[in-house]
Amino acid sequence: MTTHTHHLTRLTAAEMAQKLRAGEITSVELTQAHLDRIAAVDGGERGIHAFLHVSAEEALRTAAEVDDLRAAGGAAEALHPLAGVPIAVKDLIVTEGQPTTAGSKMLEGWMSPYDATVVTKLREAKLPILGKTNLDEFAMGSSTEHSAYGVTRNPWDTTRIPGGSGGGSAAAVAAFEAPLALGTDTGGSIRQPGAVTGTVGTKPTYGSVSRYGAIAMASSLDQIGPVARTTEDAALLHELIAGHDPKDSTSLPGEVPAFGEAARTADVAGMRIGVIKQLTGEGYQQGVLDRFHEALDALRAAGAEIVEVDCPSFDYALGAYYLIMPSEASSNLAKFDGVRYGTRVLPEEGPLTIERVMGSTRAAGFGDEVKRRIILGTYALSAGYYDAYYGSAQKVRTLIQQDFDAAFEKADVLISPTSPTVAFPLGENLDDPLAMYLNDVATIPANLAGVPGISVPGGLSEGLPVGIQFLAPIREDARVYRAGAALEKLLSQDAEPLWAQAPELAETEPEAAAEPAEAAAHPAGK
Amino acid sequence: MTETLTDAEPLSYEQALEHFDPVLGFEVHVELNTKTKMFSSAPNAFGDEPNTNVNEVCLGLPGTLPVVNGKAVEYAVMLGLALNCQIAERCRFARKQYFYPDTPKNWQTSQYDEPIAFDGYLDIELDDGEVFRVEIERAHMEEDAGKLTHAGTSGRIQGADYSLVDYNRSGIPLVEIVTKPIVGAGARAPELARAYVSAVRDIVKGLGISDAKMERGNVRCDANVSMMPKGTTTFGTRSETKNVNSMRAVEHAVTYEMRRHAGILAAGGTIVQETRHWQEGSRTTSSGRPKSDADDYRYFPEPDLVPIVTTAAWVEELRAQLPEPPAERRRRLLAAWGFSEQEFRDVVAAGLLDEIEETVASGVAPSVARKWWMGEISRLANARDLEPAALGVQPATIAELNALIEQGRINDKIARQVLEHVIAGEGAPEEIVSARGLEVVSDDDGALTAAVEKAMAENPDVVEKIAGGKLKAIGALIGPVMKETRGQADAGAVRKIVLTKLGIEE
Repeated sequence: MTTHTHHLTRLTAAEMAQKLRAGEITSVELTQAHLDRIAAVDGGERGIHAFLHVSAEEALRTAAEVDDLRAAGGAAEALHPLAGVPIAVKDLIVTEGQPTTAGSKMLEGWMSPYDATVVTKLREAKLPILGKTNLDEFAMGSSTEHSAYGVTRNPWDTTRIPGGSGGGSAAAVAAFEAPLALGTDTGGSIRQPGAVTGTVGTKPTYGSVSRYGAIAMASSLDQIGPVARTTEDAALLHELIAGHDPKDSTSLPGEVPAFGEAARTADVAGMRIGVIKQLTGEGYQQGVLDRFHEALDALRAAGAEIVEVDCPSFDYALGAYYLIMPSEASSNLAKFDGVRYGTRVLPEEGPLTIERVMGSTRAAGFGDEVKRRIILGTYALSAGYYDAYYGSAQKVRTLIQQDFDAAFEKADVLISPTSPTVAFPLGENLDDPLAMYLNDVATIPANLAGVPGISVPGGLSEGLPVGIQFLAPIREDARVYRAGAALEKLLSQDAEPLWAQAPELAETEPEAAAEPAEAAAHPAGK
Repeated sequence: MTETLTDAEPLSYEQALEHFDPVLGFEVHVELNTKTKMFSSAPNAFGDEPNTNVNEVCLGLPGTLPVVNGKAVEYAVMLGLALNCQIAERCRFARKQYFYPDTPKNWQTSQYDEPIAFDGYLDIELDDGEVFRVEIERAHMEEDAGKLTHAGTSGRIQGADYSLVDYNRSGIPLVEIVTKPIVGAGARAPELARAYVSAVRDIVKGLGISDAKMERGNVRCDANVSMMPKGTTTFGTRSETKNVNSMRAVEHAVTYEMRRHAGILAAGGTIVQETRHWQEGSRTTSSGRPKSDADDYRYFPEPDLVPIVTTAAWVEELRAQLPEPPAERRRRLLAAWGFSEQEFRDVVAAGLLDEIEETVASGVAPSVARKWWMGEISRLANARDLEPAALGVQPATIAELNALIEQGRINDKIARQVLEHVIAGEGAPEEIVSARGLEVVSDDDGALTAAVEKAMAENPDVVEKIAGGKLKAIGALIGPVMKETRGQADAGAVRKIVLTKLGIEE
């Protein structure tokens, strides 16, 4: 790998776009640099393993198209500003021509016959799609350890988790394997991986981005969003994927606001920032709280007014979430039965009835965490329990929305640590679902209320990234970009941005790599 | 150990009613004839190659989302209004969850506690004109399931060698109409059952929201029957006979279930709450699967769809567009046409109300229109094993034929021949008459007079009778004249010539 191409992967997406427009680099060059980086750091025993599938040929084909269009001149004006900037896609989002597994054995080898709406938008804007990133099975987890295809490692410390469920997308971006990625966030699956990998991740307002083609976990909570190294990059990607989609009844009508512009404003002077009382004290690591308070100091110094807001119902958010999410998931995952597509497992003995084939398929195709949630949800929706569980949880949801409404009377944005801890060692919480679930305590309220949230890097604790979360009212996503970018700017005044401080990863020279890049796709599948 | 008696010889119908009162309930599923499916843009069409009218949404592929078909909602509201229901200002869809391969998502998107229409009624006219009010509990929207075909001897999924599934039907919009328990029909319960389903079919046909063909499953009836001892008011355990798909079958199924329940109850047995299958051949029902009220479908509001909101203005707009209710229309037509009650009922039973109304609108007298449709057209349809309305005869054709008769250009018998030529596709009556030279023989060139003279010469005894004042005897000369003119003589003209020849004045 040459220094030149190595350097290319360390640019921000906005810088890449600028250099492509200026003709300083080509998209093929840029895309190849990322494919080389993937080949160098993603595979092998201690590799990052962010990707489940790498699509080198398709990515280079798109890159060449962009270069041809630019070379031809005239058409270049019509190109999307991010045209030619490569991107990775979480493997929960369906792609025609590339496999989609949802991190599950259940969909091993399945090829979607259609593209998700966000993927259609990427193709129309001509962003080379590098491949599909690892995740907890069906996005159920906070560490990516529940993937059926092996763990993803945190580029800051490869013995630690990259967060989840979108650990693959976050790690790919943190390890310079991709400048941009798509994630999905049901309870924090974009923001918490962003926090523990020192990257930026946004959960947009519910309905801001079409869910069509995102394999559903909990329909009323799921939202696709951008993953990037800078707030501006996330904002630019958000602008690209947002907008009303007639195929998604829950998608919002109206124009897409200028999120990139909001990020470039990066100004908090006069902004009222509310500290959520319930999301700061007990259960948060001291190092996380230290960085959080430093962030508050920096924001205050920049002219923000820091106020405290009380959201008493947030204490019940985790409980409500762990009823609503599994209830919807138990239903959404019913379709995986081996009858029409995906894995089919026949019972080892006894008659081949439809019930028994469905049963053995689901027993073998789903992992433990998925089964745990299906059982929880099935129970919660059962006749006689519905009111006590699902019904009560929906009431809590309304109370949380009311807490947000009241808080946003006092503050323009709210702030909290994104995750109570820094990245924990692989395997640490694997046998303790409750400890795992607590990772999402600060991110879940936004999903329950549908409000937008962003996680931006807030410095290091014991050498590991800490994330700071901003939340804004529904449809006010621009505010989290403005505030997030301001904090990003404040914290990198006297230092390199956090993402640039990540330790060097051991690289394998592409020539010396045992297998080509495509092989990184299925290290655990063999 | 005591065994519960759950089976016994059915009582006769009379015996059953001597001891028990029937309670009925119906769930009628109506397939709407929208262009596309309930939640996807795949075509809603019947009879195509299996699994061709499908897309990723109605196949429930991972990542897909439903979008409500606005036309289906409009049709459901129209049906609700025609059933005299309240229309919900806001309602939601729900997921009804069960694992079965005919539903590709393993849930059916339906409505649960928030139906679009509720609290209605339908006045059902029985054969003798008595009106029985059936209360409608609700009419809700849902999607149809795919169609399973089980290979093997049983024809059921249990024990099948393999099963085939066709998802063309998966996602077709349905409205399910649920009645409240129907009490007090007594011996007329089977007749009421038939009349109710018939009334629902007429309504959806009249609204134009369904093809309403029972044989294609556009209208499907589940009939609930229970019996309670005479003089009591507590409902007995019910059975639900599924998919009874003709008017006659509905009547027979209710009759049989009343007898079966009575037989078991009279023998001291217990009715099993279950679904039953209608057996057309033996006119009986057979046991299906047990069904308890505790069947747990784990309903919850469909999170992928936003609530449906109906504004009062929109509902009133639809109400104003509703066609005349079938029962009111029948009363109006009966009065206007002057048919006897029996004649009118026969017309309704033959499904020819629309055709006769259109024919009358084209200027034909009601009695003449009835004669054509109930007579010649029905006879020709019968010979081809078709419904009269399915023969393809247009009311305008009958009007044209009738005009030709009234102008004296053809007679009744020739008109019937012309009709057959029309059905054979030879064109309009006027064209056929001229192409085939079927117009009555005119006397411009003396051809008719010559034929009459020949007949008179050959039948002197008849001529004598006529001359003697027995004018009815002219009839005996018509035959030979017709023979001479190949049937194309006008009987009135023949009579006139005969009388003139004999110098008789009428």
